[in-house]
Amino acid sequence: MLITQLKSKEAIEALVKGKVVIINCHGCKEVYFPEHEAEELQKELAANGNVTTVVTTDYICNPDHQCLQLKKHMDKIADADTVLVFSCGVGVQTVASFLEDKKVFAGCDTLPLPGFQGVTPLEFDCGRCGECYLNYTGGICPITACSKSLVNGQCGGSKNGKCEVDKDMDCGWERIYRKLEKLNKLDTLKYPAKVRNYNHPDMVSEDN
Amino acid sequence: MRLTDLFQRGEFVVTAEVGPPKGYHIDHLLHEVDEYLKGRVHAVNVTDNQSSVMRLGSLATCIALKNRGLNPIFQMTCRDRNRIALQSDILSAALFGIDNLLCLTGDHTTLGDNPQAKPVFDLDSVSLLHLVKKMESGEDMAGNALDGEPPKFSKGAVVSPCSDSVDVQLAKMEAKVKAGAEYFQTQAVYEPEKFIKFMEKAKQFGVPVQLGIVIPKNAGMAKYMNANVAGISVPDSMIAELQADKEKTKAGITGVEISARIIKECKAYCQGVHIMALGWESKVPDILKLAGM
Repeated sequence: MLITQLKSKEAIEALVKGKVVIINCHGCKEVYFPEHEAEELQKELAANGNVTTVVTTDYICNPDHQCLQLKKHMDKIADADTVLVFSCGVGVQTVASFLEDKKVFAGCDTLPLPGFQGVTPLEFDCGRCGECYLNYTGGICPITACSKSLVNGQCGGSKNGKCEVDKDMDCGWERIYRKLEKLNKLDTLKYPAKVRNYNHPDMVSEDN
Repeated sequence: MRLTDLFQRGEFVVTAEVGPPKGYHIDHLLHEVDEYLKGRVHAVNVTDNQSSVMRLGSLATCIALKNRGLNPIFQMTCRDRNRIALQSDILSAALFGIDNLLCLTGDHTTLGDNPQAKPVFDLDSVSLLHLVKKMESGEDMAGNALDGEPPKFSKGAVVSPCSDSVDVQLAKMEAKVKAGAEYFQTQAVYEPEKFIKFMEKAKQFGVPVQLGIVIPKNAGMAKYMNANVAGISVPDSMIAELQADKEKTKAGITGVEISARIIKECKAYCQGVHIMALGWESKVPDILKLAGM
């Protein structure tokens, strides 16, 4: 899933010029949105500037739905100098594409977060690599459990079973090794050098 | 001169390591190398943006050392380059007659002085070794033919014999050997008994191993490494030894003595020694002398 974080107040204030329309997307099951913080910040923006309307909707990334939702606000939008969208990056792009003559700005930064809201736990993440390694690694994903997404074993950075990047994070390859050891399946790791394939023509890259 | 040729001749191979400066002026580095390493070591490793701290390039420094009559080992990490750049640099090394490689995964970008950088890790130490071997057979990673005579290298790798997960390290070592590693340099060893135990298991792979030495400069450094550096643990007795006579330690004598002692204790179990002086290159001659080399 995705998590949206508000940009800093200074960054947002610098974007807001003249008449402003704010669009909030309270989302979908894929995105966590900081509703309360956004509301507080928008109150301040309204107090200091010229916010002509605030539209709060959901699934703003669906073009037909968006069109319907924004229809009744089109006069305010047409009159605005800036449209400030508080949503994930997909939502901002959809609005910017729909309002192609407007200055459309993002009020949030979007980050990935494992799991799905209220459905799956955060500690299991799928890297959507398109070449699942779980059969080699005892069901522990080396793409997401290892900071370097290594597929050929532990690096030299593990100390006391923890990762060199974060002392609170278990080394993914330590976990993989111990799991296979427990299953008496360490031979599974004796595979020839694996090389990742980033060329998946049917897959839109989500990694940067 | 390829390191593998030296091992085959039965030499106890002695290497040292230098870190390029954070700038392009290498007068000091060349002076240290001339003064303390030349004629005393078989080859000199050049680190690749060690600890993820941005510095002068390893390849360029290797060329400078080669021009100076030294035998450089080009360290390559997978942190900063994808497979296209790595392959290109391997060919560049061959052009300049550099025939020793040390293939590493590399520290994570977040540990260095440009923590905002994108960590690459398109390949890792194992797949990099596999790649070099592939290039030696005349094709690139994707199987496209290389023009002309393929390059030939001595392919080195690293291992942590005193790691708290030494079994996991041994599994990785085996993968590296299968991928083409022909010699190993180890992380710093301060516990000879652990190293000897490790070598008993590692000898099954049939590749030469160089004992890694990091000269302990003082008790603070030892404690820092214990807390923060993976694969290193300095015993309390050694820390006490560094604390006992502060003047002697400050002069580097204690560090030299400890280093030489570890080499002597481990020498019969390995095929060489690799000294990481971390700025104390001037102590390398004393260590080698005291260790009887």
